Amino acid sequence: MAEETQEHNETSDGPEWAKPLILGRKAGMLQHFRPDGSVVGATVIVAESNVITQVRTKERDGYTAVQLGFGAVNKKKLSRAELGHLKDNGALKHLREIRVDDVDGFEAGQRIGVERFQPGDKVTVVGTSKGKGFQGPVHLHHFSRGPKSHGSDHLRRQGSVGSGTTPGRVLKGLRMAARQGADRVTVRNLEVLKSDPDRSLLVVSGAVPGGRNGLVMVRKA
Amino acid sequence: MQNILVMNDVLKTLASEQLKADVPEIRPGDTARVSVRVVEGNRERLQAFEGTVLRVRNGGLDKQITVRRIASGVGVERTFLVHSPRVEKIEVTRHGHVRRAALYFLRERVGKSATLREKRR
Repeated sequence: MAEETQEHNETSDGPEWAKPLILGRKAGMLQHFRPDGSVVGATVIVAESNVITQVRTKERDGYTAVQLGFGAVNKKKLSRAELGHLKDNGALKHLREIRVDDVDGFEAGQRIGVERFQPGDKVTVVGTSKGKGFQGPVHLHHFSRGPKSHGSDHLRRQGSVGSGTTPGRVLKGLRMAARQGADRVTVRNLEVLKSDPDRSLLVVSGAVPGGRNGLVMVRKA
Repeated sequence: MQNILVMNDVLKTLASEQLKADVPEIRPGDTARVSVRVVEGNRERLQAFEGTVLRVRNGGLDKQITVRRIASGVGVERTFLVHSPRVEKIEVTRHGHVRRAALYFLRERVGKSATLREKRR
């Protein structure tokens, strides 16, 4: 699916994967008035209490990344192994590793807030899109539908799936009905419209993948 | 579940921060005078648009009003976002008596038949 291919070239983006990165929850969308009076659709992200739970280094782990923890949860919900890993960082629901080229300035136990983002910054947001269930070829691949009447039995079916005796099979990779959605989706180049450290809020231009309350990762583009 | 409720509060408070405090109550059939900021080159001025409120859409931050007037013989309708910073001021000068929420029937009328009876207070 087209959505999946977007994320794979993340690392090729070079050393500009700068330090602002955070996990949050999508709260929903509203209209935002810019100072000049123009209106943009905007998404509100709530990102309270991010903690760095681990720093991955080249020497020890073979790659560099920052592990962020987010979302306070009752510690009975976690296993002892999970609590042991979190040490004094409290019980956290979500842990996500984010690859960075340079772990300088990151250390375990450090708190990360939305003050790392400034209005006007361009950010990349990663989330899980809404699941659409098992979808037919018309919805999933934008195939044309068949005729509605005159005895048609092809209303929302796909057309031919290939030749006959040669090759005698259906070629691999042919687009067919399948599950849609619930994929990791990356949206680039969204603008930070507002960053409110007091309430741990981030307002970002445009739409962000997933439904309300969905986990999203924001980093500077 | 609890979490979603809190999220809705967040949206409501953020929206209410952008609301204007001085917006009068506007209803379909009212005659309204809307002062809009217009940018011409590098200077800004106020332009007034006065006419009948044809409809009110949405509520809260997204509230819109459509105002219709006859300008040099041509009907002109403009839709304004009530809480936009470009809308400087809205004055309601007259309350018309109407029985529906969207006054599309006014579009087919000209002259006296396009006027509305004043609402009795």
